[in-house]
Amino acid sequence: MSTTAAPAPGASRGDLARLERHWGETPSVRSWLTTVDHKRIGRRYLVTAGLFFALAGLSALAMRTQLARPEAGMLSPEEYNQLFTMHGTTMIFLFATPMLFGFGNVLVPLMIGSRDMAFPKLNALGYWVFLFSGLFMWASLPFGAAPNNGWFAYVPLSDEQHNPGLHMDVYSLGLLFLGVATTAGSINFIVTALKLRAPGMSLNRVPLFVWAIVATGFMVIFALPALNVDNAMLFLDRRFGTHFFDPEAGGNVLLWQHLFWIFGHPDVYIIVMPALGIVSAVLPAFTRRGVVGYPLVVLAIVSISIISFGVWVHHMFATGLPQLSYSFFSAASTIITIPSGIQIFAWLATMMLGRLVLRVPLLFVIGFIVTFVLGGLTGAMFALTAFDQQVTDSYFVVAHFHYVLIGGAVFPMLAGIYFWLPKITGRMYHEGLGRWAFWLVFVGMHVTFFPMHLYGLFGMPRRVYTYRSEAGWDGWNLVSTVGSYVLALGLLLVLVGVVHAIRRGRPAPPDPWGGDTLDWSTDSPPKPYNFPVLPRVRSLHPNWDGPSRESMATGAEPDRVLADGRRTLRTSELDGRRERAVEMPEPSFQPLVLALAMLTFFTALLLAWYPVAAGAAATVAVTLAVWLWPPRRPDTEVGVSA
Amino acid sequence: MSGSMTAATGTEALTTEMPVGRSTGWWGMVMFVATEATLFACLLGSYFYLRFQYGPTWPPPGITEPTLLRPLVMTAVLLPSSLPVIWAEHGIRRGERWRLRAGLATTLVLGATFLALQASEYTEKLREFTMTTNAYGSLFYVITGFHGLHVLIGLTMISWLLAASLRGGSFGSHRHDRVRNVAIYWHFVDVVWAAILFTIYLSPRL
Repeated sequence: MSTTAAPAPGASRGDLARLERHWGETPSVRSWLTTVDHKRIGRRYLVTAGLFFALAGLSALAMRTQLARPEAGMLSPEEYNQLFTMHGTTMIFLFATPMLFGFGNVLVPLMIGSRDMAFPKLNALGYWVFLFSGLFMWASLPFGAAPNNGWFAYVPLSDEQHNPGLHMDVYSLGLLFLGVATTAGSINFIVTALKLRAPGMSLNRVPLFVWAIVATGFMVIFALPALNVDNAMLFLDRRFGTHFFDPEAGGNVLLWQHLFWIFGHPDVYIIVMPALGIVSAVLPAFTRRGVVGYPLVVLAIVSISIISFGVWVHHMFATGLPQLSYSFFSAASTIITIPSGIQIFAWLATMMLGRLVLRVPLLFVIGFIVTFVLGGLTGAMFALTAFDQQVTDSYFVVAHFHYVLIGGAVFPMLAGIYFWLPKITGRMYHEGLGRWAFWLVFVGMHVTFFPMHLYGLFGMPRRVYTYRSEAGWDGWNLVSTVGSYVLALGLLLVLVGVVHAIRRGRPAPPDPWGGDTLDWSTDSPPKPYNFPVLPRVRSLHPNWDGPSRESMATGAEPDRVLADGRRTLRTSELDGRRERAVEMPEPSFQPLVLALAMLTFFTALLLAWYPVAAGAAATVAVTLAVWLWPPRRPDTEVGVSA
Repeated sequence: MSGSMTAATGTEALTTEMPVGRSTGWWGMVMFVATEATLFACLLGSYFYLRFQYGPTWPPPGITEPTLLRPLVMTAVLLPSSLPVIWAEHGIRRGERWRLRAGLATTLVLGATFLALQASEYTEKLREFTMTTNAYGSLFYVITGFHGLHVLIGLTMISWLLAASLRGGSFGSHRHDRVRNVAIYWHFVDVVWAAILFTIYLSPRL
């Protein structure tokens, strides 16, 4: 590619050659299966999540086609149930979080000035597990055995007695399997951001995107176990006859809902938070100034991630819990709008005080603000118990969370795709094509989902496979269906734009936008070792300040080049003071083997081949034992992760 | 190499003599234990939720209150099993490999004793009720069984560490990250037992 910058004066030619020898990967099947490079893994996350997005999107199109007119017969009720369940489950678990983890994987090491993630092999494992668990769930669809209970799988409808067959076993095991990837990824993000920041990047100089990813990681660590316990209990109830959710034998159906939403509400922020981080990363480049109120935005991120654990009951306002608990959760749900509002106003102020450069990424950010605020407005309405009880389980709710999730997650992701495409692929996208895509997506989204508010209020329940004409919902449903095709066309144009950029786009310079973070100070696409010289950070906007940039060029010190070996720097948690150089692992087959063993384990559990499952569990243990076996080294050798 | 002088006097050489700061592995293990602890919190929370939703008699009619003697013996075996691990870890920090080996072996024996006691408890309880008898049975076996599984995993880790420590060159006064990480996990398995003892065995008597 013709984008390579001249060797930075900081690292000598010899250093660059050594770095290339230690980090470079020759394209081959072997390197494809063994790579631990965070940029390649991140790209895979993005592409795979995009693939699941397409599958879930096509399911939605099929449902909208069915609902275009009353009493249509294109889909049977059974097919419809499986489609809306797979649509929701995939969008939440297999698209939104993995897509944002893809951005995190590519960007976190680049933004903090590191050469890889803290645990590169664990990172590779996370990707394989995500891929396999997604295939595990989707493979059930051709057999007519896909999950069919809605993405939150309420008991008693999901128990063995009311829902026989493999459907909900696929759901519970699939999500348990995926949980491995999400937990591993989250721990990796947290530790990377705590320990591998470039020297000088104290906590008050950490980019907002990295703050958002770290907050997300913490939410996953404390929220996901609730979902895992829930799914384990569901599987045990269904397969082995336990009674956690069986009121006849002392169980309780509401236990499922409590555990699910203790996970489920933080999960809304797990999805939206990194997307808000993308917004905070995109804005400086297109307003030509830093985000207004950096400390306030950081505090908002932290407080949202804490308060998000205290609002789960607002999903259960219609279950007949004590009034007092409704009041508490209603109040908490109202309070959480304050930090969310702070972020919105910080972005508005940034745009007001800055000089706008109206490119496609900024268009998507503006589309995000408009849509997300509308979703937030209906969200504040749900915090009022009385209103919530009126509209629960109607299309009003469907409208609300599509505004929040498409507005709050998909728009920022699209902004991020256009923004970082030059960095990831080394090619520029076509601006005109991008603008068309934006307007089609924006118009299509609102035409699809705004009418849902209306026919929700008119009484149309969610998750019905068809409806009668007498109810008077026909017209608005047709509008929604037309909108969904426009939206799909817009998303197709995004894909065309990406493919066009990769095939025909002109080469991207290292910093096409004049961005403020370290990712823009390295080549497009970055070298396998990211930075020839690891930077010394001196401000919140290192790429905008002379001394920080200087530290990678003429101001380079040999102990920030680290060319003899696969090494990067470890620094202190708070101040980013240099601690030592650490060795990074080589490419390995172990992550793939481990993920395959886990896939065997979960498939065997699903099909009740318990001896096979036991064998797979033993394989997992042996692989881990080999993976972590200590290297044999003299005691005096240090700087090795021992 | 450019500048062997800088290599000898640079920050690298000056800071690598002593371990500086927490390692990535330490943070990874602490985060892992945090998420595992949340898992147990959810399980124990479910126990109390179902108990308080159930009604005044708990355990449900037909099941006697759990006896205390054996669980207390199990506690007396498991909780002190952290001490040899601490002793072993301090030993390897000074480069004393025999202390590492002896400490780990002692913990291994204590942990295995705990599992044997749990097995004898199960054989007795299974005659009275099983996982499928009612929600109480489900909670009892899933919570204690899940903890037993953690003890088993912890023991596997300790055996693995012991095997590695029998070979020279695995651990030393400067390289004992793995020892520390396994120790953190083992302490966690211990502490969780205290919470389980309280929930399953003591709380029905309150």
